[in-house]
Amino acid sequence: MTEQGVRWTADQVLALAPDAASRKAGSRLGTAGPWSGAGSGEGTVWGLCKGSGSRPYQTVVDLADVTGPGYKCSCPSRKFPCKHALGLLLLWAEGDGSVPVAAEPPDWAGQWLSGRRERAENKRAGDDGGAASGSGAADPDAARRRAERRAKRVTAGATELEQRLADLLRGGLAAAEQAGYGQWDETAARMVDAQAPGLAARVRELGAIPASGPGWPARLLEESALLHLLDQGWLHRDRLPDALAATVRSRLGLPAAPDGPPQRDRWLVLAQYDTSDAKLTTRRIWLHGAGSGLTRLLLSYGAAGRAPELSLPVGLALDADLSVFPGAGQVRAALGEQYAPPAPAALRPPGGTTAEAAARYGEALRADPWLDSVPVTLDRVVPAQDTGAGGAWQLADAEGDSALPLTEAFRSRPGLWRLVALSGGAPVRVFGECGHRGFTPLTAWPEGPGDPVTLC
Amino acid sequence: MEGEGDVMNGTPSTRNGEAPWEELVTAALLGTDRRPPAAAAGREAPLALLDAAAVATVRRRAGLRPGRAARRPEPAPEDPRPALPAAAARRLAALLADRSGGAGGGRRGSSPDLMELLPQWLAAAGAHGYAAPAQTLPALLDAARGRTDLRPAALAFAGPRALWLARLNPDWRFALRAAPGGGAALPDAGDGEAVRRLWQEGLFAERVALLGALRAGTPAVARELLEGTWSTERAEDRLMFLDSLRAGLSAEDEPFLEQALGDRSRNVRATAAELLSSLPGSALAGRMAGRAAACVAVDRTAASPTLVVEAPHECDPGMERDGVAAKPPTGRGERSWWLAQLVEATPLGTWPGRLGGRTPEQIVALPVADGWQGELHAAWCRAAVRQRDAEWSRVLLGSPSAPEAGGPGAVSLAERAKLLAALDAGERAEWVAGFIATHGLSEAFQLLGVCAVPWAAPLGRAVVDALDIARDAGSYPWSFSGVMGLAERCLDPAEATRLDGLLAIPDEREDASPGAGGYWAEAFQRLVTTLRLRAAMAGELAPDGTPGPSGT
Repeated sequence: MTEQGVRWTADQVLALAPDAASRKAGSRLGTAGPWSGAGSGEGTVWGLCKGSGSRPYQTVVDLADVTGPGYKCSCPSRKFPCKHALGLLLLWAEGDGSVPVAAEPPDWAGQWLSGRRERAENKRAGDDGGAASGSGAADPDAARRRAERRAKRVTAGATELEQRLADLLRGGLAAAEQAGYGQWDETAARMVDAQAPGLAARVRELGAIPASGPGWPARLLEESALLHLLDQGWLHRDRLPDALAATVRSRLGLPAAPDGPPQRDRWLVLAQYDTSDAKLTTRRIWLHGAGSGLTRLLLSYGAAGRAPELSLPVGLALDADLSVFPGAGQVRAALGEQYAPPAPAALRPPGGTTAEAAARYGEALRADPWLDSVPVTLDRVVPAQDTGAGGAWQLADAEGDSALPLTEAFRSRPGLWRLVALSGGAPVRVFGECGHRGFTPLTAWPEGPGDPVTLC
Repeated sequence: MEGEGDVMNGTPSTRNGEAPWEELVTAALLGTDRRPPAAAAGREAPLALLDAAAVATVRRRAGLRPGRAARRPEPAPEDPRPALPAAAARRLAALLADRSGGAGGGRRGSSPDLMELLPQWLAAAGAHGYAAPAQTLPALLDAARGRTDLRPAALAFAGPRALWLARLNPDWRFALRAAPGGGAALPDAGDGEAVRRLWQEGLFAERVALLGALRAGTPAVARELLEGTWSTERAEDRLMFLDSLRAGLSAEDEPFLEQALGDRSRNVRATAAELLSSLPGSALAGRMAGRAAACVAVDRTAASPTLVVEAPHECDPGMERDGVAAKPPTGRGERSWWLAQLVEATPLGTWPGRLGGRTPEQIVALPVADGWQGELHAAWCRAAVRQRDAEWSRVLLGSPSAPEAGGPGAVSLAERAKLLAALDAGERAEWVAGFIATHGLSEAFQLLGVCAVPWAAPLGRAVVDALDIARDAGSYPWSFSGVMGLAERCLDPAEATRLDGLLAIPDEREDASPGAGGYWAEAFQRLVTTLRLRAAMAGELAPDGTPGPSGT
């Protein structure tokens, strides 16, 4: 690594922000005004930010850590990273000399840095030596008993859910619509008790379907049938091929560890987006292997109000190992060793036609029938408005007469208009998720040269 | 492909060889108790139904294929302008992201108000002639939708692709209305046939736009178009069309305007009279001069020369035809009301000849008998504004440091601001600087608003000094938040270094408002930060990295 490391762009910095408010607050602090004593060196940036109090806040960011940036700020904010860290990084990203390269960080920054790096070092040493003699392996019998106990509870839960679904179908969906949401919530809670969070989540979604507009009975039947399929998969897992059994386990939400061989590649970040509920923020990061051509998904979680720790802004590429999780057709992977910090790359993933994308989804269902969508890149598609379908937007092949409808959720997002504006009626390349609900664009590239535009 | 699978996002179809999907849905809807499925070998009926539905669902999803492509939109017109430099594009994204919320809510602290910098940024980017990045167009259109004052600059910068986009989203219709001719290009002024057709057949907005565009280049053509259809236009339309003659007004327009003095509509007559009175050589101006001159004279019999005023005793039909309103507003005397209108419409050049060859300065300095000074001077002020007369404006403004300049006086602040507009930028800045140096900032807001941006050095210094004095006086900075906000936007960024001394929190004095020092330091901090930001913005927009021509 060079002395300064690779200077980030402002977009990359802003992608670290835990929410829109922090992004805004951080941008305001990204000017030389409030900062003093700022400096950078060896992948570290530090500075003093004048706040409303008499003492300036001390802000340090450690970018050299390959597991992701570390932040330390003396402000009382509970956001992570706080606006001061974001502002400091923006100032540094601007590269106009406000954050000069310095030989040594000041004491207050140096202490935290050395402490942090020491801990990281210990952890790595612990990981290396711990695989063989760690606490998990200390009592394999206890671990096995725990797993058996949990399997029993899940079996009880799945059996109960089968009964519940049978009752539903016996009485009819029309009757269930009148019963309302409450009974689904109760069933979901029972599935949480049964330690099957995957079942609980699907049950909660079932409860929302009767209110989802015309055609709900068909959708409710589809999802009930797939839930039934999952129950059956678990109850007969001993008769399934290993890979499919692993898929069932992960769909039920049982813990799994990545066991695929580490695959080193230059992984281009295609998209990063968060979804959150009351308790948890889930961040999805799609990666494309420049050498292997594989598409992989990283998941990262954060408690509500905190950004998930892993942040990989779109347009960066990282030289790293990925290992996939067990399961048939699994794209989820864990980030292993990183050989260099992420750096901007002008790569674009290769794309195909809309027909190829639909076929890709169909094939993927063979390995995992519960899949809602698969990641695909479409090349040379034009956003067009289908006047026959109430003006719904679609992505049409520039050459050819097929088109993928855009999902209803995407059609109400501001990303739709960024996509339409970027295209201007000309073909664009679009990465997104293609499934039975349609296509959800996540990132687009203009026909000519230009940076990726995030749509999520 | 046809028949092999369903269209994505569409309704499921029926397939041969198994229970059709609709049958499964009907059975599920009614319940298997009422509608048992046909064959359920050794399996409970509901579970058999779920088995069949699971197979059908996965099969259907696996067989999904794309739908038929709709008609592609017409390609957006090319935007030939050069691309925005990368740093400036990021800045624009940050300014636009700041748009939503934040405004007005709570204390601003020491960070700049980005939304307030957007107009300046747009003006500078427009001056450089850059194209807007395509993906920022939705945010630009949203910003223009929310703030009408931003619209012209935002739409000009957004360019042809934004109009293309606006046609696809009803939220952005306003952009098509704002664009001349509803987004369609106006015909070339030289294309007489197309111009005539648009004038004859166009919508009202298109015709106003056409008139405005023609007036800028070939004013006579515009007037002739209007004359051609004048008698058939509706009164409201006549008023709007007539008003667009204000641009490019010249003596050639006089015959037409004279004719409009006889219009059926009173508002049209008044507008025609106003336009004629701003042509010093017009017959109307001459008639008004004759009437006004009869009312004002120098009384040589007094000890020192004094102006005497004899207001008109009646408003005759000739005066009414020349646009004098006979009925005064409530609370005003008839005669002074008529006098004010006569003097206001009289070419200022009339007065030196009428009043003994005195210069404007001498005339304004003359005492006025019987308390007519207020009325007379106010009318001269309005005349100076209407005729954009720099010399009269200057003498009516008087010395900025004169004690009466700070008070209400004969000339209101609003009128002063208008008089200042007739002076050149440098003189204007100097006058306001002098005003602030004597009278402080409390009355200066309106006057600062008419000064050219960025403020000239003497004006900037006067404002900063006055802020410093206000701080020392121990008041809170938010008493000056209007001027502070203006200073953030208008002060020359080069002045930032002069402000460094004001950033420290001073020791609190006994007579000062509690905590004021800290708030002042914060306000100055924000001022300096904003100035630095503006300098950075200008630098990013310049192709070679130096501050651009607009000097923002």
